[in-house]
Amino acid sequence: MTDMRQLYQEVILDHNRKPRNYGAIPDANRHADGHNPLCGDHIKMSMNVLDDKIADIAFEGHGCAICKASASMMTGAVKGKSVQDAETMVEEFRGMATGTLDPENADHHLGKLKIFAGVKDLPSRVKCAILPWHTLHAALNAEASISTEGEADPVSDHA
Amino acid sequence: MKIETMQNECVRIDDSNIDRIRADFPILALQVSAKPLVYLDNAASSQMPQAVIDRIVDYQTQEHSNIHRAVHYLSELATKEFEAARVKIQKFIKAKESREIIFTRGTTESINLVMHGYGRAFIGEGDEIILSVLEHHANIVPWQMLAQEKGAVLRVIPMNDAGELLIDEFEALFNEKTKFLALSHVSNALGTINPVKQMTAFAHSHGVPVLLDGAQAAPHQALDMQDLDCDFYAFSGHKMCGPTGIGVLYGKAHLLEKMKPYQGGGDMILSVTFKKTVYNVIPAKFEAGTPPIMAAIALGAAIDYLSELGLSNIAAYEHELLEYATGKFSAMAGVRIIGTASNKVAVLSFEIEGVHPHDVGTILNGEGIAIRTGHHCAQPVMDRFNVPATARASFAFYNTKQEIDKLVDCIRRVQEMFS
Repeated sequence: MTDMRQLYQEVILDHNRKPRNYGAIPDANRHADGHNPLCGDHIKMSMNVLDDKIADIAFEGHGCAICKASASMMTGAVKGKSVQDAETMVEEFRGMATGTLDPENADHHLGKLKIFAGVKDLPSRVKCAILPWHTLHAALNAEASISTEGEADPVSDHA
Repeated sequence: MKIETMQNECVRIDDSNIDRIRADFPILALQVSAKPLVYLDNAASSQMPQAVIDRIVDYQTQEHSNIHRAVHYLSELATKEFEAARVKIQKFIKAKESREIIFTRGTTESINLVMHGYGRAFIGEGDEIILSVLEHHANIVPWQMLAQEKGAVLRVIPMNDAGELLIDEFEALFNEKTKFLALSHVSNALGTINPVKQMTAFAHSHGVPVLLDGAQAAPHQALDMQDLDCDFYAFSGHKMCGPTGIGVLYGKAHLLEKMKPYQGGGDMILSVTFKKTVYNVIPAKFEAGTPPIMAAIALGAAIDYLSELGLSNIAAYEHELLEYATGKFSAMAGVRIIGTASNKVAVLSFEIEGVHPHDVGTILNGEGIAIRTGHHCAQPVMDRFNVPATARASFAFYNTKQEIDKLVDCIRRVQEMFS
């Protein structure tokens, strides 16, 4: 299990067990649903964007540990950020998960989220990690639902 | 392996000869994640023995040409070998005639062929097609497409919590509108062996033809079309030690003869003018274009291999593996087996409390263990058990109890990790 411990670190396992910002915001002004047909991962995201800032954000749904931990840590990381900064992080996370951004050697704003860098070596799991970020992007752009099987997915469907 | 002696004595598979059998499969010596491969995804695709690999090499290096075409040496040789494979399959499933064996790309294409060739001609508005809740998507979607096109209706046989079809409810579905029964012989997601002989007889008593999806049955038990008496039987080469890209549709000759061709092209015709085409006789009528010749011949070699081991030996040994694994899994707290039918092939779908199947799959992969995780192309089954996905270990005759021990040990470690 030593190799898998690289990805399944205690931080990820902890966020999986006790996801932060879990639930729904009743008066949210942005929503999106994200769905990964391969795993059955399903994320519902709700947030309030005020003065171009993510004032509050929450998610609920079911998914694997990678997906849930990614969603949990993402909500913590983008809360209070401007929409533009959050979108930058979406791009950076996507780059890291698909291997185009090396978090050890490139500038980025991902902080602790670089713990997910290991998924780039697990093609079938890349989508699990990215799903919350796609869903965030969809909510920020007022798209009601996304699927990682859709065209918005930069990762091959056949993983 | 050398089985000249085994063949005659019909030797059972056990600890004394399992290593020799495993040695027939070069891929089983592979290291994955720097660990010996433990391949438990046989329901998705089985591995290929050296005898089949050798047959492919021999064909491609010494026998290949197009078939049913030219008068030259290679074309005649390839045609002879291709048709010999058809006869092997006929004998393997005890079909009456070799012309009842149609080569396809796989089970999916076989079912689509029946949907197009039979369904579109003989199923109309308001007619009913019976399926089971256990079906693989390949035996749902084609019938749904037909139902949409024709205004026909799908009726679904339910199952109990063990994953067994409810036979009373099945019988109650029949009425004068029932025109077809499409049923899996063995469930890919749960391993349930359906009582298809009894169900076929019941359908026939209502004059309803029956297609059986045999993708998960063909590699694991002896098949007898005369005994089952189904009208169509579909299976794939790559789940029975053959290559991908080849499958079989068995159909009763009188039905195949009255069906329309599925695809048009070369080889399926007797004569073509721009005014009129006269279709060829079966099986050629359903084999338009150049078929996967090498794959068909390799499937014949795979059938030789399986037959030499003996399907009853394979079934007995795999059943032993299933019993062993079921015992181990049942003893583990926090592990639920999904699919506990009394009659099963060696498929174990399971769920670990608090751990998503995809995490299980990834972590086991890190230990060299290959299992399938997901919905197994059987989403209605997942819905029935109210799970998004399961983990599935599916065994073949080349697996061992030691491999099951390794699986169980790793599952315990996954539980510790997530606790």
